[in-house]
Amino acid sequence: MEEMMKVIGIKIRVFVLMLCMLLPEAVLAAGEKADLVVIVADTRGLTGILKAWGTLYNESHLYFSLLTIVLIPVIGLVFGTVADIVMRTIGIDLEHRELSEH
Amino acid sequence: MEDIFMDWLYVLMPISGVTIFWPGLVILGVGVGIIGGFFGMGGAWMVTPGLNILGFPMAFAIGTDIAHMAGKSLISTMRHGKFGNVDYKLGLIMLVGTVVGFEVGAQMIMWLERLGNVEMVVRLLYLVLLGLIAWMVFSDVSKKMRKDREARARGQEIDKLSTGIEWHKTLHKIKIPPMITLEVAGITCTAWLPIGISFFTGWLAGILGIGGGLIRMPALLYLLGCPTHVAVGTDLFEVMISGLYGAFTYTMKGRTELMAAVIMLIGAAVGAQIGTVATKYIKGYGIRIAFGLAVVGCALSIILKLLAKEIPTYKALLNNSSTVLVLGLVSAMSLYITVKMIQGARAEVAAKKK
Repeated sequence: MEEMMKVIGIKIRVFVLMLCMLLPEAVLAAGEKADLVVIVADTRGLTGILKAWGTLYNESHLYFSLLTIVLIPVIGLVFGTVADIVMRTIGIDLEHRELSEH
Repeated sequence: MEDIFMDWLYVLMPISGVTIFWPGLVILGVGVGIIGGFFGMGGAWMVTPGLNILGFPMAFAIGTDIAHMAGKSLISTMRHGKFGNVDYKLGLIMLVGTVVGFEVGAQMIMWLERLGNVEMVVRLLYLVLLGLIAWMVFSDVSKKMRKDREARARGQEIDKLSTGIEWHKTLHKIKIPPMITLEVAGITCTAWLPIGISFFTGWLAGILGIGGGLIRMPALLYLLGCPTHVAVGTDLFEVMISGLYGAFTYTMKGRTELMAAVIMLIGAAVGAQIGTVATKYIKGYGIRIAFGLAVVGCALSIILKLLAKEIPTYKALLNNSSTVLVLGLVSAMSLYITVKMIQGARAEVAAKKK
Protein backbone atom coordinates (compact mmCIF):
# COMPACT_ATOMS: atom_id res chain seq x y z
CA MET A 1 0.00 0.00 0.00
CA GLU A 2 2.80 2.36 1.01
CA GLU A 3 4.68 1.46 -2.19
CA MET A 4 1.59 2.23 -4.24
CA MET A 5 1.21 5.60 -2.51
CA LYS A 6 4.84 6.44 -3.34
CA VAL A 7 4.28 5.58 -7.02
CA ILE A 8 1.13 7.71 -7.06
CA GLY A 9 3.07 10.53 -5.40
CA ILE A 10 5.80 10.40 -8.05
CA LYS A 11 3.20 10.28 -10.84
CA ILE A 12 1.45 13.33 -9.41
CA ARG A 13 4.73 15.28 -9.23
CA VAL A 14 5.62 14.40 -12.85
CA PHE A 15 2.09 15.36 -13.90
CA VAL A 16 2.40 18.72 -12.14
CA LEU A 17 5.69 19.41 -13.92
CA MET A 18 4.16 18.48 -17.27
CA LEU A 19 1.15 20.71 -16.67
CA CYS A 20 3.33 23.64 -15.75
CA MET A 21 5.27 23.28 -18.96
CA LEU A 22 2.47 22.40 -21.33
CA LEU A 23 -0.37 24.74 -20.40
CA PRO A 24 0.78 28.13 -21.61
CA GLU A 25 -2.52 29.87 -20.82
CA ALA A 26 -2.63 28.81 -17.19
CA VAL A 27 -1.42 32.05 -15.77
CA LEU A 28 -2.46 32.07 -12.14
CA ALA A 29 -2.53 35.78 -11.71
CA ALA A 30 -4.89 38.63 -11.32
CA GLY A 31 -6.22 40.90 -13.98
CA GLU A 32 -7.20 40.60 -17.56
CA LYS A 33 -5.35 38.49 -20.06
CA ALA A 34 -2.40 40.27 -21.65
CA ASP A 35 -2.56 40.62 -25.40
CA LEU A 36 0.46 39.77 -27.44
CA VAL A 37 1.88 43.20 -28.22
CA VAL A 38 5.23 44.34 -29.47
CA ILE A 39 6.72 46.89 -27.11
CA VAL A 40 10.22 48.13 -27.81
CA ALA A 41 12.29 49.60 -25.00
CA ASP A 42 13.86 52.97 -25.77
CA THR A 43 17.47 52.37 -24.73
CA ARG A 44 18.87 55.66 -26.08
CA GLY A 45 18.79 57.44 -22.74
CA LEU A 46 20.00 54.44 -20.73
CA THR A 47 23.48 53.57 -19.56
CA GLY A 48 25.26 50.65 -17.92
CA ILE A 49 23.20 47.75 -16.60
CA LEU A 50 19.90 49.43 -17.50
CA LYS A 51 21.01 49.72 -21.13
CA ALA A 52 22.11 46.09 -21.19
CA TRP A 53 18.79 45.05 -19.69
CA GLY A 54 16.78 47.11 -22.19
CA THR A 55 18.86 45.78 -25.09
CA LEU A 56 18.34 42.17 -23.98
CA TYR A 57 14.59 42.86 -23.90
CA ASN A 58 14.64 44.23 -27.44
CA GLU A 59 16.78 41.39 -28.78
CA SER A 60 15.10 38.33 -27.26
CA HIS A 61 11.96 38.11 -25.16
CA LEU A 62 12.76 34.47 -24.48
CA TYR A 63 16.20 35.08 -22.93
CA PHE A 64 14.81 38.12 -21.15
CA SER A 65 11.97 36.01 -19.67
CA LEU A 66 14.27 33.14 -18.69
CA LEU A 67 16.65 35.54 -16.98
CA THR A 68 13.72 37.21 -15.21
CA ILE A 69 12.42 33.98 -13.69
CA VAL A 70 15.93 33.02 -12.62
CA LEU A 71 16.64 36.44 -11.11
CA ILE A 72 13.37 36.72 -9.14
CA PRO A 73 13.91 33.67 -6.89
CA VAL A 74 17.62 34.47 -6.53
CA ILE A 75 16.88 38.06 -5.49
CA GLY A 76 14.05 36.84 -3.23
CA LEU A 77 16.43 34.35 -1.64
CA VAL A 78 19.12 37.00 -1.09
CA PHE A 79 16.70 39.55 0.39
CA GLY A 80 15.02 36.84 2.48
CA THR A 81 18.37 35.71 3.88
CA VAL A 82 19.39 39.29 4.69
CA ALA A 83 16.05 39.88 6.47
CA ASP A 84 16.64 36.57 8.32
CA ILE A 85 20.00 37.77 9.58
CA VAL A 86 18.46 41.04 10.78
CA MET A 87 15.63 39.21 12.60
CA ARG A 88 18.08 36.80 14.23
CA THR A 89 20.25 39.71 15.36
CA ILE A 90 17.18 41.21 17.05
CA GLY A 91 16.75 37.90 18.88
CA ILE A 92 13.60 36.44 17.32
CA ASP A 93 13.42 32.66 17.12
CA LEU A 94 12.76 31.97 13.45
CA GLU A 95 12.68 28.18 13.66
CA HIS A 96 9.92 27.35 16.14
CA ARG A 97 6.30 28.21 16.66
CA GLU A 98 4.70 27.10 19.90
CA LEU A 99 1.02 26.94 19.13
CA SER A 100 -0.51 24.52 16.68
CA GLU A 101 -4.12 25.44 17.25
CA HIS A 102 -6.67 26.10 14.57
CA MET B 1 18.35 73.10 -7.11
CA GLU B 2 15.12 71.61 -5.84
CA ASP B 3 14.99 69.34 -8.90
CA ILE B 4 18.46 67.98 -8.22
CA PHE B 5 17.47 67.33 -4.62
CA MET B 6 14.35 65.42 -5.63
CA ASP B 7 15.73 63.64 -8.72
CA TRP B 8 17.38 60.82 -6.79
CA LEU B 9 13.95 59.77 -5.54
CA TYR B 10 12.89 58.88 -9.07
CA VAL B 11 14.12 55.98 -11.16
CA LEU B 12 13.74 55.40 -14.88
CA MET B 13 12.15 52.08 -15.79
CA PRO B 14 14.19 50.69 -18.70
CA ILE B 15 11.38 48.81 -20.45
CA SER B 16 8.29 50.99 -20.04
CA GLY B 17 10.33 54.21 -20.16
CA VAL B 18 8.43 55.85 -17.28
CA THR B 19 10.01 57.50 -14.26
CA ILE B 20 8.74 56.18 -10.93
CA PHE B 21 9.00 57.41 -7.34
CA TRP B 22 10.97 54.44 -5.98
CA PRO B 23 10.31 54.92 -2.23
CA GLY B 24 6.62 54.49 -3.12
CA LEU B 25 7.43 51.07 -4.61
CA VAL B 26 9.35 50.08 -1.47
CA ILE B 27 6.46 51.16 0.81
CA LEU B 28 3.96 49.31 -1.38
CA GLY B 29 6.23 46.24 -1.22
CA VAL B 30 6.39 46.40 2.58
CA GLY B 31 2.57 46.68 2.87
CA VAL B 32 1.69 43.81 0.55
CA GLY B 33 4.61 41.77 1.89
CA ILE B 34 3.20 42.00 5.40
CA ILE B 35 -0.34 41.14 4.33
CA GLY B 36 0.74 38.40 1.91
CA GLY B 37 2.98 36.70 4.49
CA PHE B 38 0.28 36.92 7.10
CA PHE B 39 -2.74 35.77 5.07
CA GLY B 40 -1.07 33.54 2.51
CA MET B 41 -2.12 35.29 -0.66
CA GLY B 42 -0.56 37.12 -3.56
CA GLY B 43 -2.66 40.24 -3.05
CA ALA B 44 -2.86 41.49 -6.63
CA TRP B 45 -6.08 43.35 -5.77
CA MET B 46 -4.02 45.53 -3.43
CA VAL B 47 -0.94 46.01 -5.62
CA THR B 48 -2.55 47.08 -8.89
CA PRO B 49 -4.23 50.27 -7.52
CA GLY B 50 -0.96 51.13 -5.74
CA LEU B 51 1.10 50.78 -8.92
CA ASN B 52 -1.49 52.85 -10.76
CA ILE B 53 -1.17 55.70 -8.27
CA LEU B 54 2.60 55.67 -8.67
CA GLY B 55 2.09 56.27 -12.38
CA PHE B 56 2.74 52.76 -13.63
CA PRO B 57 1.19 51.97 -17.04
CA MET B 58 -1.55 49.33 -16.63
CA ALA B 59 0.07 47.24 -19.37
CA PHE B 60 3.03 46.63 -17.07
CA ALA B 61 1.25 46.66 -13.70
CA ILE B 62 -0.06 43.08 -13.79
CA GLY B 63 3.16 41.41 -15.03
CA THR B 64 5.29 43.41 -12.59
CA ASP B 65 2.96 42.54 -9.76
CA ILE B 66 3.17 38.82 -10.54
CA ALA B 67 6.98 38.94 -10.79
CA HIS B 68 7.28 40.56 -7.36
CA MET B 69 4.59 38.22 -5.99
CA ALA B 70 6.68 35.16 -6.93
CA GLY B 71 9.75 36.51 -5.10
CA LYS B 72 7.74 37.65 -2.10
CA SER B 73 5.96 34.30 -1.77
CA LEU B 74 9.31 32.52 -1.93
CA ILE B 75 10.55 34.55 1.04
CA SER B 76 7.34 33.88 3.00
CA THR B 77 7.32 30.17 2.08
CA MET B 78 10.93 29.82 3.29
CA ARG B 79 9.96 31.27 6.65
CA HIS B 80 6.63 29.40 6.97
CA GLY B 81 8.47 26.22 5.95
CA LYS B 82 10.85 26.59 8.90
CA PHE B 83 7.91 27.09 11.25
CA GLY B 84 6.43 23.84 9.89
CA ASN B 85 3.50 25.63 8.30
CA VAL B 86 3.90 24.30 4.74
CA ASP B 87 2.43 20.96 3.68
CA TYR B 88 4.46 20.47 0.49
CA LYS B 89 2.64 17.25 -0.40
CA LEU B 90 -0.72 19.01 -0.20
CA GLY B 91 0.66 21.98 -2.13
CA LEU B 92 1.84 19.78 -5.01
CA ILE B 93 -1.39 17.78 -5.15
CA MET B 94 -3.42 20.98 -5.17
CA LEU B 95 -1.27 22.48 -7.88
CA VAL B 96 -2.56 19.80 -10.29
CA GLY B 97 -6.20 20.68 -9.65
CA THR B 98 -5.51 24.43 -9.62
CA VAL B 99 -3.73 24.45 -12.99
CA VAL B 100 -6.33 22.25 -14.72
CA GLY B 101 -9.22 24.12 -13.08
CA PHE B 102 -7.74 27.49 -13.98
CA GLU B 103 -7.33 26.46 -17.60
CA VAL B 104 -10.92 25.18 -17.81
CA GLY B 105 -12.20 28.41 -16.20
CA ALA B 106 -10.11 30.66 -18.46
CA GLN B 107 -11.25 28.80 -21.61
CA MET B 108 -14.85 28.93 -20.40
CA ILE B 109 -14.76 32.69 -19.87
CA MET B 110 -13.20 33.21 -23.33
CA TRP B 111 -16.04 31.15 -24.82
CA LEU B 112 -18.62 33.21 -22.88
CA GLU B 113 -16.97 36.46 -24.01
CA ARG B 114 -17.49 35.42 -27.62
CA LEU B 115 -21.22 35.14 -26.84
CA GLY B 116 -21.46 38.61 -25.29
CA ASN B 117 -20.15 41.01 -22.69
CA VAL B 118 -19.78 39.05 -19.48
CA GLU B 119 -17.65 41.55 -17.52
CA MET B 120 -20.53 42.71 -15.33
CA VAL B 121 -21.63 39.12 -14.64
CA VAL B 122 -18.07 38.18 -13.67
CA ARG B 123 -17.76 41.14 -11.30
CA LEU B 124 -21.10 40.34 -9.70
CA LEU B 125 -20.09 36.70 -9.34
CA TYR B 126 -16.88 37.83 -7.66
CA LEU B 127 -18.92 39.97 -5.27
CA VAL B 128 -21.26 37.11 -4.39
CA LEU B 129 -18.25 34.89 -3.77
CA LEU B 130 -16.55 37.45 -1.54
CA GLY B 131 -19.82 37.90 0.37
CA LEU B 132 -20.01 34.15 0.85
CA ILE B 133 -16.41 33.95 2.06
CA ALA B 134 -16.92 36.83 4.50
CA TRP B 135 -20.11 35.17 5.79
CA MET B 136 -18.23 31.84 6.21
CA VAL B 137 -15.38 33.47 8.12
CA PHE B 138 -17.54 35.50 10.49
CA SER B 139 -20.09 32.73 11.08
CA ASP B 140 -17.16 30.39 11.84
CA VAL B 141 -15.75 32.90 14.32
CA SER B 142 -19.13 33.40 16.01
CA LYS B 143 -19.73 29.62 16.26
CA LYS B 144 -16.27 29.10 17.74
CA MET B 145 -16.90 31.87 20.30
CA ARG B 146 -20.24 30.29 21.23
CA LYS B 147 -18.56 26.90 21.72
CA ASP B 148 -15.90 28.48 23.92
CA ARG B 149 -18.55 30.31 25.96
CA GLU B 150 -20.55 27.11 26.46
CA ALA B 151 -17.39 25.22 27.52
CA ARG B 152 -16.57 27.92 30.05
CA ALA B 153 -20.16 27.87 31.36
CA ARG B 154 -19.86 24.11 31.91
CA GLY B 155 -16.57 24.69 33.71
CA GLN B 156 -14.64 22.77 31.03
CA GLU B 157 -11.32 23.72 29.51
CA ILE B 158 -11.51 25.35 26.06
CA ASP B 159 -10.47 22.98 23.28
CA LYS B 160 -7.73 24.78 21.35
CA LEU B 161 -8.29 22.57 18.31
CA SER B 162 -12.04 23.14 18.07
CA THR B 163 -13.41 25.06 15.12
CA GLY B 164 -16.68 26.83 14.40
CA ILE B 165 -17.60 25.54 10.95
CA GLU B 166 -16.83 21.83 10.64
CA TRP B 167 -17.78 20.96 7.06
CA HIS B 168 -14.41 19.28 6.62
CA LYS B 169 -15.42 16.54 9.08
CA THR B 170 -18.25 15.49 6.78
CA LEU B 171 -15.98 15.65 3.73
CA HIS B 172 -13.33 13.53 5.49
CA LYS B 173 -15.91 10.71 5.71
CA ILE B 174 -15.61 10.20 1.94
CA LYS B 175 -13.38 7.14 1.55
CA ILE B 176 -12.83 6.86 -2.20
CA PRO B 177 -9.31 5.45 -2.83
CA PRO B 178 -6.54 6.46 -2.94
CA MET B 179 -6.52 7.72 0.63
CA ILE B 180 -3.71 10.09 1.61
CA THR B 181 -2.23 11.27 4.87
CA LEU B 182 -1.06 14.87 4.99
CA GLU B 183 1.34 14.83 7.94
CA VAL B 184 1.88 18.57 8.34
CA ALA B 185 -1.83 19.43 8.05
CA GLY B 186 -2.71 16.41 10.21
CA ILE B 187 -5.37 15.20 7.79
CA THR B 188 -6.21 11.78 6.36
CA CYS B 189 -8.67 11.93 3.49
CA THR B 190 -9.31 10.77 -0.04
CA ALA B 191 -6.84 12.29 -2.55
CA TRP B 192 -9.87 13.40 -4.55
CA LEU B 193 -10.81 15.91 -1.87
CA PRO B 194 -7.79 18.26 -2.27
CA ILE B 195 -7.82 17.63 -6.04
CA GLY B 196 -11.52 18.48 -6.25
CA ILE B 197 -11.21 21.55 -4.03
CA SER B 198 -8.21 22.87 -5.95
CA PHE B 199 -9.94 22.22 -9.28
CA PHE B 200 -13.00 24.14 -8.07
CA THR B 201 -11.01 27.09 -6.68
CA GLY B 202 -8.75 27.10 -9.77
CA TRP B 203 -11.82 27.09 -12.01
CA LEU B 204 -13.30 30.03 -10.11
CA ALA B 205 -9.97 31.91 -10.29
CA GLY B 206 -9.82 31.26 -14.05
CA ILE B 207 -13.37 32.58 -14.55
CA LEU B 208 -12.82 35.63 -12.35
CA GLY B 209 -9.31 36.39 -13.70
CA ILE B 210 -7.73 36.49 -10.25
CA GLY B 211 -4.81 34.74 -8.58
CA GLY B 212 -7.02 32.68 -6.32
CA GLY B 213 -5.37 33.06 -2.89
CA LEU B 214 -8.47 34.81 -1.63
CA ILE B 215 -10.58 31.74 -2.51
CA ARG B 216 -8.04 28.97 -1.83
CA MET B 217 -7.26 30.05 1.70
CA PRO B 218 -10.88 29.67 3.03
CA ALA B 219 -11.28 26.48 0.98
CA LEU B 220 -8.23 25.01 2.73
CA LEU B 221 -9.68 26.03 6.09
CA TYR B 222 -13.32 25.07 5.76
CA LEU B 223 -13.44 22.32 3.16
CA LEU B 224 -10.15 20.54 3.79
CA GLY B 225 -9.89 21.33 7.50
CA CYS B 226 -6.30 22.67 7.48
CA PRO B 227 -5.11 24.47 10.61
CA THR B 228 -4.99 28.22 9.83
CA HIS B 229 -1.19 28.48 9.86
CA VAL B 230 -0.78 25.48 7.53
CA ALA B 231 -3.41 26.91 5.18
CA VAL B 232 -1.46 30.18 5.01
CA GLY B 233 1.94 28.50 4.44
CA THR B 234 0.68 25.97 1.90
CA ASP B 235 -1.21 28.59 -0.06
CA LEU B 236 1.93 30.72 -0.27
CA PHE B 237 3.84 27.71 -1.63
CA GLU B 238 1.26 27.45 -4.41
CA VAL B 239 1.33 31.20 -5.08
CA MET B 240 5.13 30.99 -5.38
CA ILE B 241 5.07 28.30 -8.10
CA SER B 242 2.14 29.76 -10.01
CA GLY B 243 3.64 33.25 -9.65
CA LEU B 244 6.91 32.14 -11.26
CA TYR B 245 5.01 30.57 -14.10
CA GLY B 246 2.84 33.66 -14.47
CA ALA B 247 5.93 35.90 -14.43
CA PHE B 248 7.43 33.89 -17.28
CA THR B 249 4.36 34.08 -19.50
CA TYR B 250 3.75 37.78 -18.83
CA THR B 251 7.42 38.58 -19.47
CA MET B 252 7.25 36.68 -22.75
CA LYS B 253 4.42 39.04 -23.67
CA GLY B 254 6.64 42.00 -22.80
CA ARG B 255 4.59 43.03 -19.77
CA THR B 256 7.06 42.87 -16.88
CA GLU B 257 9.22 45.65 -15.49
CA LEU B 258 11.80 43.70 -13.48
CA MET B 259 13.43 46.84 -12.12
CA ALA B 260 10.18 47.82 -10.34
CA ALA B 261 9.62 44.23 -9.17
CA VAL B 262 13.10 44.16 -7.61
CA ILE B 263 12.57 47.51 -5.86
CA MET B 264 9.24 46.24 -4.51
CA LEU B 265 10.98 43.06 -3.40
CA ILE B 266 13.32 45.07 -1.17
CA GLY B 267 10.27 46.23 0.79
CA ALA B 268 8.46 42.91 0.43
CA ALA B 269 11.45 41.00 1.87
CA VAL B 270 11.07 42.96 5.10
CA GLY B 271 7.27 42.95 4.96
CA ALA B 272 7.02 39.21 4.29
CA GLN B 273 9.22 38.51 7.32
CA ILE B 274 7.09 40.74 9.52
CA GLY B 275 3.83 39.17 8.27
CA THR B 276 5.13 35.62 8.60
CA VAL B 277 6.71 36.09 12.02
CA ALA B 278 3.49 37.78 13.20
CA THR B 279 1.68 34.45 12.66
CA LYS B 280 3.82 33.18 15.55
CA TYR B 281 2.15 35.59 17.93
CA ILE B 282 -1.39 35.83 16.59
CA LYS B 283 -3.68 32.84 17.11
CA GLY B 284 -5.36 31.12 14.19
CA TYR B 285 -8.71 32.76 14.79
CA GLY B 286 -7.08 36.20 14.94
CA ILE B 287 -5.76 35.54 11.42
CA ARG B 288 -9.21 34.40 10.29
CA ILE B 289 -10.91 37.56 11.58
CA ALA B 290 -8.33 39.83 9.91
CA PHE B 291 -8.73 37.80 6.70
CA GLY B 292 -12.51 38.29 6.84
CA LEU B 293 -12.01 42.05 7.15
CA ALA B 294 -9.65 42.03 4.15
CA VAL B 295 -12.32 40.20 2.11
CA VAL B 296 -14.94 42.80 3.11
CA GLY B 297 -12.53 45.61 2.07
CA CYS B 298 -11.89 43.92 -1.30
CA ALA B 299 -15.67 43.54 -1.86
CA LEU B 300 -16.32 47.22 -1.02
CA SER B 301 -13.62 48.34 -3.46
CA ILE B 302 -15.25 46.26 -6.22
CA ILE B 303 -18.68 47.75 -5.40
CA LEU B 304 -17.19 51.25 -5.77
CA LYS B 305 -15.60 50.29 -9.11
CA LEU B 306 -18.94 48.89 -10.33
CA LEU B 307 -20.74 52.06 -9.25
CA ALA B 308 -18.12 54.13 -11.08
CA LYS B 309 -19.07 52.35 -14.30
CA GLU B 310 -22.79 52.76 -13.69
CA ILE B 311 -22.69 56.44 -12.62
CA PRO B 312 -20.33 58.27 -15.03
CA THR B 313 -20.90 61.64 -13.28
CA TYR B 314 -19.12 60.41 -10.17
CA LYS B 315 -16.69 58.10 -11.98
CA ALA B 316 -13.50 59.83 -10.83
CA LEU B 317 -14.74 60.22 -7.26
CA LEU B 318 -15.82 56.58 -6.97
CA ASN B 319 -12.64 55.23 -8.58
CA ASN B 320 -10.48 57.34 -6.29
CA SER B 321 -12.54 56.26 -3.28
CA SER B 322 -11.95 52.63 -4.24
CA THR B 323 -8.20 53.20 -4.44
CA VAL B 324 -8.15 55.10 -1.14
CA LEU B 325 -10.16 52.31 0.49
CA VAL B 326 -7.79 49.57 -0.70
CA LEU B 327 -4.63 51.48 0.20
CA GLY B 328 -6.13 52.58 3.53
CA LEU B 329 -6.99 48.96 4.30
CA VAL B 330 -3.47 47.82 3.37
CA SER B 331 -1.95 50.52 5.61
CA ALA B 332 -4.25 49.80 8.58
CA MET B 333 -3.75 46.04 8.42
CA SER B 334 0.01 46.33 7.91
CA LEU B 335 0.18 48.58 10.95
CA TYR B 336 -1.91 46.20 13.07
CA ILE B 337 0.19 43.17 12.05
CA THR B 338 3.47 45.06 12.60
CA VAL B 339 2.39 46.24 16.07
CA LYS B 340 1.36 42.69 17.02
CA MET B 341 4.65 41.33 15.69
CA ILE B 342 6.71 43.89 17.64
CA GLN B 343 4.74 43.21 20.85
CA GLY B 344 5.20 39.45 20.44
CA ALA B 345 8.89 39.76 19.60
CA ARG B 346 9.48 42.04 22.59
CA ALA B 347 7.80 39.54 24.90
CA GLU B 348 9.85 36.70 23.40
CA VAL B 349 13.16 38.54 23.71
CA ALA B 350 12.29 39.59 27.28
CA ALA B 351 11.39 35.99 28.19
CA LYS B 352 14.72 34.76 26.78
CA LYS B 353 16.65 37.33 28.81
CA LYS B 354 14.93 36.14 32.02
